[in-house]
Amino acid sequence: MTLVQTPAPAAAQEAPAGRRRRGRSRTLVLNAVSVVAGIGVWWALALSGFDIPTPPEVLKRYGELIADGTLLADVGASLTRVLIGFVLGVALAVPVGFLMGWYGPVRGLVEPWIQFFRTIPPLAIIPLAIVLMGIGETPKIFVIFLASFLACVIATFQGVVNVDTTLINAARVLGANDRVIFARVVVPASTPFILVGMRVGLGSSWATLVAAELIAAQQGLGYRMQSAQLYYDLPTIFVGLITIGVLGLLMDRLLLLAETKLTSWQERR
Amino acid sequence: MITVDRVHKSFPLGGETFTALGDVSLELADNEFVTIVGPSGCGKTTLMNILAGLETPTSGQALLDGKPVTGPGPERGVIFQQYALFPWLTVRKNVEFGLKTKGVPRDERRRIAEHFIDLVGLSQFADALPKTLSGGMKQRVAIARAYAVNPTILLMDEPFGAVDALTRVRLQDQLLATWSQEKRTVVFITHDVDEAVFLANRVIVMAARPGRIVEVIDVDLPYPRNDELRLSPAFTALRNRVWNAVYHQES
Repeated sequence: MTLVQTPAPAAAQEAPAGRRRRGRSRTLVLNAVSVVAGIGVWWALALSGFDIPTPPEVLKRYGELIADGTLLADVGASLTRVLIGFVLGVALAVPVGFLMGWYGPVRGLVEPWIQFFRTIPPLAIIPLAIVLMGIGETPKIFVIFLASFLACVIATFQGVVNVDTTLINAARVLGANDRVIFARVVVPASTPFILVGMRVGLGSSWATLVAAELIAAQQGLGYRMQSAQLYYDLPTIFVGLITIGVLGLLMDRLLLLAETKLTSWQERR
Repeated sequence: MITVDRVHKSFPLGGETFTALGDVSLELADNEFVTIVGPSGCGKTTLMNILAGLETPTSGQALLDGKPVTGPGPERGVIFQQYALFPWLTVRKNVEFGLKTKGVPRDERRRIAEHFIDLVGLSQFADALPKTLSGGMKQRVAIARAYAVNPTILLMDEPFGAVDALTRVRLQDQLLATWSQEKRTVVFITHDVDEAVFLANRVIVMAARPGRIVEVIDVDLPYPRNDELRLSPAFTALRNRVWNAVYHQES
């Protein structure tokens, strides 16, 4: 029989991969340059009379807060809230999103509420949550749950709706029933959407958390900055801000890594 | 045997009724290789979807060995123009998909998949993901996948429509080679007259508005078919006949 001659896929991919690697290392250099320059500008502003602490002052405060255990306790408190709220939100959002995408009636029943709550910033729920749930952990975890749920449910729903009909037909003609189509076509095909939803959800969880802690908390990064404000303790505020930024970035990177691993089958431009 | 009995398909389109197929009747014998050729809008894809059980006719019916088609079935393999490979599965897993839904045990699944991947000449790429394959290779995976569940009928909807002309000729040669080793009834839809004549032992020419069969042309050329045949006067004569039937239809 005749064999169609085609170049090996590895050979075809080598050139762009090499270019990409070079591009990536250049990007990293540019990133580093940008960070160093940013710190330089900050330092210059601090020295030229702006009322902000210099980098060494902030670094010194970092050392103190780490030494007496405050920073670790705050980070622990904040991360616990975010992770509990986020995990609960995603755990509910994925099945609800699937049901909405798969069953028309469920969509009709659930969608108005989701669209309605989506227009309310989770922060605006805080006063109500505090009145109804007290000032303990529950209202904070609840608003974080809400923030991640809303982001993730929409993404999951979009993922299910966007599954290529041809793929579903292909599965049907290969003998798949609805259950098999769901498990082996709809779930994998919507994974990229779910992961994007999780990243957006994590971002908004983190943003919501800090604000929730600013309003009512006894511990946590937001609380620490709030109390530092009372004493005009600028270095502590800077420590809080930088820690929040770095932690948010790290969590996002982790999810991005998971996304790359789980969806490497996608054709990317 | 496939029987298409006065199949009519119409649907509302902007306030009017659009007739995709107007009373089409057709009979196909077992192991026939039939191509359906016609302009776009002639209902050839609709006809194929009805045979596949993905669409239902408005009136009339399609029968397989006397039994009406009510949905997709394992005896009918379908190959789509857009390949429709599952992008998250390797070539091997794609080919095994239908076997897995049938509950074929793992070792046997693997053996069958290997056989058909080999048959379409992709053994080297068994563990590659679809994104690393060219269009022609993807379509060969789709052919192997359809063959793997051992259908008696293959329905192919412009399978080579999206590949370049050179690859297309090679894929045609290869499809015939595969078909001669594993005989099936093939219904092959195309808009390429050369392709229609080269592959088929019967060419069905359709016309649009309403979708209907205008001519059925027997291709009495021997298999295996090769380049020599492609360039022969007999081929050219048939090709011209089909060409006239497609492009000079009285409306």
